Amino acid sequence: MSTFLGMPSLPVFGSGNLHAAESFPKAAHRELGNAQLRANLGHATHTIRDKRLQVVSELPDWEQLRDAGSAIKESVMARLPELLEQFEQNFTARGGVIHWARDASEANEIVAGLIRDTGETEVVKVKSMATQEIGLNEYLEEQGIAAFETDLAELIVQLDHDKPSHILVPAIHKNRTEIRDIFLREMPGADPELTDNPAVLAMAARAHLRRKFLTAKVAVSGANFALADSGTLAVVESEGNGRMCLTLPETLITVMGVEKLLPSWQDLEVFMQLLPRSSTGERMNPYTSLWTGVTEGDGPQNVHLVLLDNGRSAALADEMGRSALHCIRCSACMNVCPVYERTGGHAYGSTYPGPIGAILSPLLTGIESEENSSLPYASSLCGACYDACPVKINIPDILVHLRSVDVDSQRGKKKLPSQMDVGMSAASWALSSGKRLGLLERGLPLGRLAAGRDKKIKKLPGIAAGWTQSRDIPAPPAQSFRNWWAKERQGAEQHGGKTQDTTQNEETGA
Amino acid sequence: MSAREDILGRIRSALRDAPVAPEIPREYRATSELDQDALVHLLSDRLVDYKARVSVVAAADVPARIAELLADVGSYVAPEGLDAAWVTESDARRRVDSAAAPLSVAELDGIGAVVTGSAAAVAETGTIILDGSPNQGRRAISLVPDHHICVVNAADIAGILPESLRRIDGTRPLTLISGPSATSDIELERVEGVHGPRILDVIIGR
Ligand code: SF4
Repeated sequence: MSTFLGMPSLPVFGSGNLHAAESFPKAAHRELGNAQLRANLGHATHTIRDKRLQVVSELPDWEQLRDAGSAIKESVMARLPELLEQFEQNFTARGGVIHWARDASEANEIVAGLIRDTGETEVVKVKSMATQEIGLNEYLEEQGIAAFETDLAELIVQLDHDKPSHILVPAIHKNRTEIRDIFLREMPGADPELTDNPAVLAMAARAHLRRKFLTAKVAVSGANFALADSGTLAVVESEGNGRMCLTLPETLITVMGVEKLLPSWQDLEVFMQLLPRSSTGERMNPYTSLWTGVTEGDGPQNVHLVLLDNGRSAALADEMGRSALHCIRCSACMNVCPVYERTGGHAYGSTYPGPIGAILSPLLTGIESEENSSLPYASSLCGACYDACPVKINIPDILVHLRSVDVDSQRGKKKLPSQMDVGMSAASWALSSGKRLGLLERGLPLGRLAAGRDKKIKKLPGIAAGWTQSRDIPAPPAQSFRNWWAKERQGAEQHGGKTQDTTQNEETGA
Repeated sequence: MSAREDILGRIRSALRDAPVAPEIPREYRATSELDQDALVHLLSDRLVDYKARVSVVAAADVPARIAELLADVGSYVAPEGLDAAWVTESDARRRVDSAAAPLSVAELDGIGAVVTGSAAAVAETGTIILDGSPNQGRRAISLVPDHHICVVNAADIAGILPESLRRIDGTRPLTLISGPSATSDIELERVEGVHGPRILDVIIGR
């Protein structure tokens, strides 16, 4: 059967590095045990958070910029097909070539094919979430193509055969001594006298990558923005490695999610104010490069763009969740999140950690994707992420929405009712009648017995076990409130109705 | 069916609720009211904050200042369209680059400094914009040499980003520069100079 445009189709979910290998609670439990990680993270997130607050407070129109940013992105989502076609037309008219990729593996194949066409077996890479998401480096390696990450933090992570744990500072979980050791171990020709001074380490990275930059024929990048009305792409960075990759090689291949579009050049003025201040806490990042197709005599003469769906259309189909696609990957939400701060990025499994990851990953993969279904619960719903988000994504609301989608998807799946179902129906039976509740409350002293001498319950059975894994609960009171009330009222009637006085007397021991 | 049709089809059906694109509220600042003195002052201040070096000189003194900065540099590169009055000395150290006769990357790597003009600047953010005009040249020349000497015309300084971007043609190859190359990837300690030019000298001519 062939499908025609406009015909409702089932959402098609994304693949690649979006699926957690294990559920958040399991992974978080392990990560919590890593004190070094927690110390590094705490320091880093608090530093960026403070810097961000300071530079944001300098702008008198921050809230107006957020309003504009949020509305622009909402309008992008509403007009996405039209804007994609407009972008394609402009980018192509200026000598660029567009490729469309339904999912991670299709995108990987396209990029590998383009590289093969150049006859090269090495490429330099600008840090990019999209290529991280599709697992491009691993795929290229299988194909015999070496991809060199050129962002300092990505380089550290790549040399250590580790995974990034933060979308902005991927090596945030490593301290300077660990980094020195990685360089000594993995960097051919590293000076054995290398100290752990960050400036010295940065210069070692410069020396290591310099020749690669100057000789690379092919580069792979992501893009922060794409402007539909001109066909322009933008990359925002700090170190100059981006400029090196974007301008020196002959061939440039960019991979970008379809949601990264902005309607017009004018919209860039909004996002270039929102992004640097929200992400690194700077007034402006050191370098931003913009290119529109091919410029004769300046920069790469073969310019490709792979437009990636990989679950984005599925996320868009969720009316309550689609605003997760407004995300500009600034990382402000993870820097303020109390859960991220303690568990770190690896606990989230997917390329996208923190509050945005907790909604974006299950939206891209579908909540029924087993291990990702626990992500929407990885939050205290404190709302700090919403306040910090430059494009006003209401992350807490989407978390709650996804929790209910998850509960609905579980319903009817299991033949036997879960412990939660049993518990809930028992509670509803008990709470619906005063008599029943009273009867049950007679059991309270039993709980007191279970608590033992220190009056703390350390371990609950069944579904409640998770709750007591990291906390104790105090023993229940010796008598129930109803019991106490009944006695009090009896006493009050005998003493002429001064309940309150009686209580006070009792309390002061008079 | 092609991937293109497939993806556009999926997106269209994802939007079956036909969401309406909202009006974009643009109540944020579009202009600033600073006079030229204040703009020059603010831009210098922001650039120094990024560890760039700044000198403010009379327009007539720009060549002398450039010569001073180049005094202890070996060779330097200038784009073909650079104001001829800026690099006056007939100089054996000067290499000229143009799209028609570009220097190779290896050649650029052996050159100590680059002198360019600029298209615009933003005082509030300490940003200089290069748009590939003849006095700025190809993007590679302001990237590979380790020392960038950049001349900013005081008249080209705007207060805030929207003012500058509205004066620029977005389809040119653009580079926005705010301070020299920097990284904060190791324990968030800022280190100036990784891959881009490690020294940025800005001469504001007025
Ligand atoms: S959700 Fe908002 S705060 Fe979080 S990374 Fe995306 S844009 Fe930034």
